Amino acid sequence: MPVAVNIQALSHSFADRKVLRNVSLTVEQGMFVGLLGANGAGKTTLFSILTRLICNSSGNVVLFGHDLQRSPADALATLGVVFQQPTLDLDLSVLQNLQYHGAIQGMSPTDVQARAQEELERLQLWDRRHERIRWLNGGHRRRVEIARALLHQPQLLLLDEATSSLDLESRIQLIGHIRSLIKTEGLTVLWTTHVAEELETDDQVILLNRGEVHAQGKLSDLITAAGASDANHLMLNLSKSGS
Amino acid sequence: MKNSAYLFCFSGVLKRELQRSLQQRTRFISALVRPLLWLAVFAAGFRGTLEGMVIPLYGSPVDYEVYITPGLVGMIILFNSMQSSLSMVYDREMGSMRVLLTSPLPRSYLLFCKLFAIALTSLLQVYAFLAVAFLFDVAPPPLGYLTALPAILMGAFILGALGLLLASLIEQLENFAGVMNFVVFPLFFLSPALYPLTFMQDGNTWVYWACVINPFTYVVELIRHALYLDLNTPALLVNLAAFTVLTNAAVLGFDPARRMLNNRAPKGR
Repeated sequence: MPVAVNIQALSHSFADRKVLRNVSLTVEQGMFVGLLGANGAGKTTLFSILTRLICNSSGNVVLFGHDLQRSPADALATLGVVFQQPTLDLDLSVLQNLQYHGAIQGMSPTDVQARAQEELERLQLWDRRHERIRWLNGGHRRRVEIARALLHQPQLLLLDEATSSLDLESRIQLIGHIRSLIKTEGLTVLWTTHVAEELETDDQVILLNRGEVHAQGKLSDLITAAGASDANHLMLNLSKSGS
Repeated sequence: MKNSAYLFCFSGVLKRELQRSLQQRTRFISALVRPLLWLAVFAAGFRGTLEGMVIPLYGSPVDYEVYITPGLVGMIILFNSMQSSLSMVYDREMGSMRVLLTSPLPRSYLLFCKLFAIALTSLLQVYAFLAVAFLFDVAPPPLGYLTALPAILMGAFILGALGLLLASLIEQLENFAGVMNFVVFPLFFLSPALYPLTFMQDGNTWVYWACVINPFTYVVELIRHALYLDLNTPALLVNLAAFTVLTNAAVLGFDPARRMLNNRAPKGR
């Protein structure tokens, strides 16, 4: 299967603190891949490098054949991103937020309008397009962020702890929606989380621990290999070995 | 990237800034109230300040309201630029700056768009103020409103760039109050916005020289002369130099990602 994300020998430090150590991993196209690790494992730093918010100290990142350092515009154009922190403009409406995002992606207003309608209808938010973000609840705001991330039809969707601050029902709905996109759109998803319950046993998982790739493979295989009873147990073992 | 993508991005950033200005009506109104208070109250109290004094630009003795109007235009630009910088600090803290930075378009271009958008909102505020100032008998030649436009735009770019530079240096929203006290007020008061520089020359020499090296002095003087159909060449040259240095420094040197992420790093990455 073609490769969506190819990371080789990636390291990064903040001052004298090494947060990523020689990370190498691949994500195949059309897959749902969980990036699992305890707090402080280096997930957000890796995520920030993938979105080019920070430049890596060493190593290579290639997204759909585009080197992130050498051709950042082509690489970034393949990405849709949902950050852990809310990033919507509270004083603008749902549609205005999407229009702004489309514009900074270089989309024409006509395309933005058509795509915004498509995505918002799919998330049952089209009727609320003129409402200010300020008046929406947390679950709806996250759905707007998903719609926004998909507006320019990226090939890879990156989600950083996207379900934090959501209640159980919103969390289940969100994960279900993302999984359906893989089937319908052929999207590749890299899902960063520290909550093992969000992943299914058949999912491909990358375990990150203290800035290193601890293991990569199917979650059920990783559980068996670690002698753990379930994903939570696996995470607990990982946290203990990391502390 | 197609060339049209740059155009769509430019218009999108401009539109967002205008939408935000319209949504935050109190901000727009307060931006007008501040200079209008100076015009209606402060200028009334100091009406006799320039009595008997002939300023070459105006030809004959001039009312104080007329004299301080270009200075108040500068005040609007200055405050709007700083407030827009404040919104960038807010954007960074709220994380929406991250969305902007994940755009495939070059960051220097995105920041240029942002600067232009700030300048445009300043322009709207300035012309709204000049319309109200007309009611206070501040009536420059009609063509002056047009000739002042490039000067106002250049001033807005210069001060917007300064604001961007400051925004990149500020780590937290709370620190911005310090900038108002240590940057905005000195820039404004150490300039000919409220009184001619000759006043300072006769009195305190260091204050006079502080005014001479203050770039805001030349922003105000360029606008003052342009509004009365005159070109102040030294002011234009200083404006051009400040424009080149500050916009380049702001656009090339501004790296919010570096600050916003590195600052958080030691806490648990």
